[in-house]
Amino acid sequence: MSLLIAEEVGKNYQVGEVVIPALRGVSFAIDPASFVSFIGPSGSGKTTLLNLIGCLDMPTSGRLTVAGADVGTLDRKQSASFRGANIGFIFQDFNLLPVLTVSENIEYPLLMVQKVPPGERRRRVTALLEAVGMVDQQDKYPDQISGGQKQRVAVARALVTNPKLVLADEPTANLDHQTAYMVLNLMKKMRDEFKTTFIFSTHDQKIVGEAEIIYLLEDGELKGKEVKGGKNNG
Amino acid sequence: MANLFKIAVRNLLRYKRRTLLTASLITVGVVFVLVFVAVAGSFKNMMIGQITDSMIGHVQVHRKGFVASIETLPLNLNLKGGAIARLEKILDAQPEVEAYSPRVKFGGMFSNFTETSSIRLTAIDPEREFKTVPLLPGRVTAGSKELKTGGILIPELLARGMKVKPGDPVVIVATNADGSVNGKQFTVTGVMESATGPGGRDGYIHLGDARELLRMEDRQVSEYAVRLKKFGNLAAFSAKLEGILAGELNQQGKPLFEVHAWEKLSPFFNIARMIDLMTLFIKLMLIAIVLISIMNVMIMAVYERIREIGTIAAIGTQPGKILSMFVIEGFCMGVAGALIGNSVGIGIVQLLNILKIRYDFGQQQGIVLQAGISPADILVISATVIVVSVIASLQPAFKASRMEPIKALRHV
Ligand SMILES: Nc1ncnc2c1ncn2[C@@H]1O[C@H](COP(=O)(O)OP(=O)(O)OP(=O)(O)O)[C@@H](O)[C@H]1O
Ligand SMILES: [Mg+2]
Repeated sequence: MSLLIAEEVGKNYQVGEVVIPALRGVSFAIDPASFVSFIGPSGSGKTTLLNLIGCLDMPTSGRLTVAGADVGTLDRKQSASFRGANIGFIFQDFNLLPVLTVSENIEYPLLMVQKVPPGERRRRVTALLEAVGMVDQQDKYPDQISGGQKQRVAVARALVTNPKLVLADEPTANLDHQTAYMVLNLMKKMRDEFKTTFIFSTHDQKIVGEAEIIYLLEDGELKGKEVKGGKNNG
Repeated sequence: MANLFKIAVRNLLRYKRRTLLTASLITVGVVFVLVFVAVAGSFKNMMIGQITDSMIGHVQVHRKGFVASIETLPLNLNLKGGAIARLEKILDAQPEVEAYSPRVKFGGMFSNFTETSSIRLTAIDPEREFKTVPLLPGRVTAGSKELKTGGILIPELLARGMKVKPGDPVVIVATNADGSVNGKQFTVTGVMESATGPGGRDGYIHLGDARELLRMEDRQVSEYAVRLKKFGNLAAFSAKLEGILAGELNQQGKPLFEVHAWEKLSPFFNIARMIDLMTLFIKLMLIAIVLISIMNVMIMAVYERIREIGTIAAIGTQPGKILSMFVIEGFCMGVAGALIGNSVGIGIVQLLNILKIRYDFGQQQGIVLQAGISPADILVISATVIVVSVIASLQPAFKASRMEPIKALRHV
């Protein structure tokens, strides 16, 4: 069963009198434990699509089902709960909370979004600190670590709740190449380890190669799909 | 909850200078209010104490209509025989009453054998009077406080104007109730400084002398001054006494007595009211300071952290939790301001008491300022500051909780 099904999904932005079609009837399906990338030129609709998948926005038309839930039907509180339970986010600018340490940032979703008991919390945070190689930095604050380290912490934070899906909009845009590869490899390793689906967007041709399924967006339309390793799921 | 507090406190410490500035603004406000409440309150209590304890008493009872025509001190409105007995029986039965004193008030002429002046006199039973208005003996500045039959305590102004000193013989001439005039010689026992307020320039003689001078065949009383064990019971007690005495009717079926608390008898009540009003305004200013400064800081805090709000909202933090995060920040700032403000305020009040600042009130000189803050004051002021802080942060916090995650995340 697919984790994600998009059926003729459209999204229009209304700016004053003008309607801007950012997505025009996009359809696809993504299986669990996939490592997917959406690429395309600036303004092609990548962010718009990821926002819809992440339940941060609602489609204007069509139907988008994420983990069995119709995204268009959730209200404010429901979508917050849904995101907290099913989706991890990795941001272009890392978006760690500056007043929390590395380990507190990773712990945050378990504490403030889900209600995980302390022992379990500690166990999961430690596991992720180890997985992303940040154990010795765990008591530092975000402004005391590098960009690459921040993004590793962000990956850990996204994964700590065991989400079905992790979304990353341009996760490497603020990192140099070497660090970008490292972060992508970390994401892939996490996919292997936790069987989480990763969807990321990028317009960086070089790192696109790291994805296993690549969707090409252009002007709000899906223009192509490339599957590596022969795995094709439509 | 503990984690919300941790995040709130860390966010406050993130902008140390701003937090410090706001907290000190609240602190200054709290200090001002506390010191004002303490000083004004002590002044007010001293003033009320001076007025009630040196002259008026806490409550007075007269025959109905006496106070309305008090300027003329009408002898025909005195209480007589049966009424006196009924009233004293009632007063004796009240557990709140510490002491009460019957007085006869009348006007007369005062002569030192060369000059004559008018005088208002209060005839008293010294022992009972001094129990009812304990500061009265203190007003005697020259001569003796021991008022015996044949003696008179005269007001300072009269003593100075008529050049009379203790031991001098004087004559009092008065018109009695049926219009005939009578005179009696007295010896000046003492000179007393005047108290502030009506009746403050009265002379005092013994009740027995008044009966003789006014040719009263039976016992008569113009007013009863009553002292309560607890001044705080005043309002309740006067209401109660009024209720009891309303049932005492004369032969015509009209009420016989009237009850007045001190505040109806002294213009100083308005000053006391004024002090209360000023205190209220100072408190309102404190509320305004807290409201505006906290709101200002919280609006800034929300604005600066829009992207952080977007992040935590996207991750799935419920709006209610985001709201509490910011409200708790305001709450913590209020608590800090209240704590520091109260400590500093109490310190300053203690200091004022240690310094023994003296001031004059009316004829009373060198009264030592006795500033005091009650735990209730501190509690009310702290609670006000904290509640207002929370209210002030509600609007910005609500705004934060309603933010659309994508819009907030896009914010630069
Ligand atoms: N909030 C918005 N209001 C109006 N128009 C918008 C809004 N967000 C995006 N758009 C428009 O929708 C289209 C798709 O934008 P989107 O941000 O999804 O592109 P993108 O592929 O993410 O681009 P980039 O690579 O620059 O991030 C663009 O034409 C953009 O101008
Ligand atoms: Mg984008």
